[in-house]
Amino acid sequence: MKRIYADLHLCPNLTDTEQVARMTRRASELGYRLIAMSLLSNFAEEKIRWLQKLCKEADVDFASRVDLKPKTPKDLINSLRKLRRRFEIIAVMCESKSVARQAAKDRRVDLLNFTSLDFRRRFFDKAEAELASKGSASLEIDMKHLLTLEGSPRTKHLSSLRRETTIAKEFEVPIVISSGVSSELLVRKPRDLAALASLFDLEKTSAIEAVSKNPLSIVKRNRQKLSPNFVAPGIRIVRRGKDC
Amino acid sequence: MVSSKEFIDAVWNALLRLYGEYGASRSGLALIDYDGEKGMAVVRTLRTAVEMVRAALASITKIQDKPAAIHVIKVSGTIRALYKKMKHHAADTT
Repeated sequence: MKRIYADLHLCPNLTDTEQVARMTRRASELGYRLIAMSLLSNFAEEKIRWLQKLCKEADVDFASRVDLKPKTPKDLINSLRKLRRRFEIIAVMCESKSVARQAAKDRRVDLLNFTSLDFRRRFFDKAEAELASKGSASLEIDMKHLLTLEGSPRTKHLSSLRRETTIAKEFEVPIVISSGVSSELLVRKPRDLAALASLFDLEKTSAIEAVSKNPLSIVKRNRQKLSPNFVAPGIRIVRRGKDC
Repeated sequence: MVSSKEFIDAVWNALLRLYGEYGASRSGLALIDYDGEKGMAVVRTLRTAVEMVRAALASITKIQDKPAAIHVIKVSGTIRALYKKMKHHAADTT
């Protein structure tokens, strides 16, 4: 069966419909069959339907995603309560240790993203990985910085990524590689993104899984849970009616 | 239009930036064919350096201060098989 590639973090300017269309077409041309775009939490349903239609025309599946940037763990819990059933992917941008810990523990969180380039503000350590391994969170790595940085900042960033992927592998936390880009010029083919992952010592097979199997399994799992036929893990409604 | 020299210089510079002189020397990189109008090139590398060169190509965002992106279309063990695959690819995409 042909491998299906996914990019779960495209960040076009959603007010610029032309750019959204260009980025969608580019992703399709480069071999992605599933994409997700970061939407605002108050994004209208009809706009999500428009995005789904646009992606369908480009022969790409669309998954809705929201990026949460809570200041405190309580904010995170409140946001998850409101948004979990509205979006297929929930990513938490962890900017403090307490938020990172809460996000790793909470089974409603799909992706942990550490946006800071300062290694002192990246909180994916062994304790975090242990919590994530017991939950359902994956570590998301945005490759945007590897394309836009040069020299010493890129070297330091690679060092952080190497440390985090080693910890993720040790605790069997799934890794998801996304582009995280806001321009269609920076979108890269999935195999090329996987090759970039070798810069922080992620093996080829793990890197390819990070752009295919891992993101797809998150979307599949959440679509099942958000389906009206879902009751509980392993239990779903097969048939409804008076005499089933 | 980007010239072949500008293109291969950009690739070598990307290799040097990412892997240093030692790493770049292990790539066996050579430009075999270049078509500026179509924006396509054939690059040869050592088999062991394929992923390294792929990463270097992906990391290029500018050539001669102009925004650029390089995508690997096909990888093949021989140049003859590569051209054959490219014909099939061109037929599939039209």
